[in-house]
Amino acid sequence: MRKVAIIGAGPAGIEAASTLAKNGIEVTLFEKSETPLKNIQDKAFLFPNFQAAQEIADDLSGKLLTDGITTAFGVDIADIKWQGTEWKLIDAKNQTYVADAVLVATGYQVFDAHRKEELGYGIYKGVITSLDMEQMIKHGKILNANGDEPKRVTFLQCVGSRDEKSGNHYCSKICCVTAVKQAIEVRKQLPKCEASIFYMDLRMWGQGFEEMYRTAQEKYGVSFVRGRISEAAATFDGRVQLKSEDTLMGLPLKMTTDLLVLMVGMEASCGTKELGKACDISGDYGFIKSVNPHLYDNETGKPGLFVAGTCKRPMSVSDSINDARSAAIAIKDYLDTLPQ
Amino acid sequence: MNKFGFAIKTPRSEDMDKVSLERYNMLLDRVPSFKRCFQCGCCSATCSARQYTEFSIRRIHTSFRRGEYEGLDEQLKKCMLCGKCTLVCPRGVNLRSLIINMRQILDETK
Ligand SMILES: Cc1cc2nc3c(=O)[nH]c(=O)nc-3n(C[C@H](O)[C@H](O)[C@H](O)COP(=O)(O)OP(=O)(O)OC[C@H]3O[C@@H](n4cnc5c(N)ncnc54)[C@H](O)[C@@H]3O)c2cc1C
Ligand code: SF4
Ligand code: SF4
Ligand code: SF4
Repeated sequence: MRKVAIIGAGPAGIEAASTLAKNGIEVTLFEKSETPLKNIQDKAFLFPNFQAAQEIADDLSGKLLTDGITTAFGVDIADIKWQGTEWKLIDAKNQTYVADAVLVATGYQVFDAHRKEELGYGIYKGVITSLDMEQMIKHGKILNANGDEPKRVTFLQCVGSRDEKSGNHYCSKICCVTAVKQAIEVRKQLPKCEASIFYMDLRMWGQGFEEMYRTAQEKYGVSFVRGRISEAAATFDGRVQLKSEDTLMGLPLKMTTDLLVLMVGMEASCGTKELGKACDISGDYGFIKSVNPHLYDNETGKPGLFVAGTCKRPMSVSDSINDARSAAIAIKDYLDTLPQ
Repeated sequence: MNKFGFAIKTPRSEDMDKVSLERYNMLLDRVPSFKRCFQCGCCSATCSARQYTEFSIRRIHTSFRRGEYEGLDEQLKKCMLCGKCTLVCPRGVNLRSLIINMRQILDETK
């Protein structure tokens, strides 16, 4: 029987594993954490339908029970090598595994907001990231730096994306709609708290996203200001003062807020960067480069080495899952071409 | 004497901690469709008055939104209430009603 190794048990890795296993292919799924789906478990509700992230995680975990899947959690794959007819995977403890084909699904990590010092993350307690906000929403505890209910929450888009200074010219694609999602959640949980979003463009590309933006304005009274916050400073009472330009008025704008939420971008995860380098399939910004974005988007140009999900570029959960299914088909086609 | 043209100016910035949005909120109650405005500028682009004067209905309603009401009553007199802006607005904002209500609120709260 043919054997496939999948690296990364996020939505992409799990979906590909279950699709391949259902087609009679033996799969080993490697995950460096002790548990799968950590980038789903740390979210509260998922756009576009506000479904509980836990529900999606449970459904995906259920797929791991498909016959033919072996899981290897707590295994960090450090290197992979082509041996002429098969791939050898080497983990951080120097153990090796072999497979006919490998799928890299090593995902993303968020931009480290400390790098934008002028925004005060890690310096002022009132400055948090979108991931911190997911946790607050999840636990129903949206609190300011003093532990009180905030009166105003302000979101800033494009932190670590579309920014020469961070070295990331690209758009992270999911943070515009995530800010709208979180602002709605803030208004649902704290109807007396104001919510504002500072943006350069609102990129509402997906089905239902534009409607969500409209609902945020109409039903939840979220306000939108076009302008990028240039800097944040602390006030004596533990709040955050921010400076921006209201570009639609052509005037500078000052505002004090209880919480400033930095919408951090998606970068290639450490695993993605390292494996990309190790087998020479790294593209821009350390994401893995496919052969062709139209027709060969799961192929890497190396025999039997495939790629799916956010290790390639920023994507939503549904896009990662669809991409994983298409990778499974590409892998199956490849295995069929191998001599019996 | 004004040899060098220097003068002490009051800072021109929007201070969201000081402005009162009371009148803006009154406006939203009376013209709920204004909540949907996404600042595209179609309204001012089509406006005949905009073509020949500084009058911009988009700028006026954005000022209102930011709690900057100064001089708006004078500017709003330039609108002829022709309704072209209402016809083009992609978010279905009832601009004629918005204009009439901005005038009324500014008058009531003088
Ligand atoms: C703040 C925020 C909010 C979001 N909200 C939403 C939302 O509401 N809706 C939505 O659709 N999407 C949302 N997303 C995006 C969503 O998280 C991603 O689309 C999704 O997690 C991508 O799945 P993936 O399988 O490609 O990668 P990941 O989920 O990143 O999974 C990759 C896995 O690979 C593992 N791995 C990495 N390297 C190695 C290695 N060397 N060896 C073994 N294992 C390794 C990692 O530990 C990880 O478990 C949000 C993202 C952020 C940042
Ligand atoms: S999705 Fe929006 S917030 Fe995120 S990088 Fe793109 S434009 Fe900026
Ligand atoms: S109603 Fe007033 S603002 Fe609208 S197009 Fe006519 S003149 Fe311009
Ligand atoms: S046309 Fe409508 S949406 Fe566009 S700026 Fe004018 S009122 Fe707002």
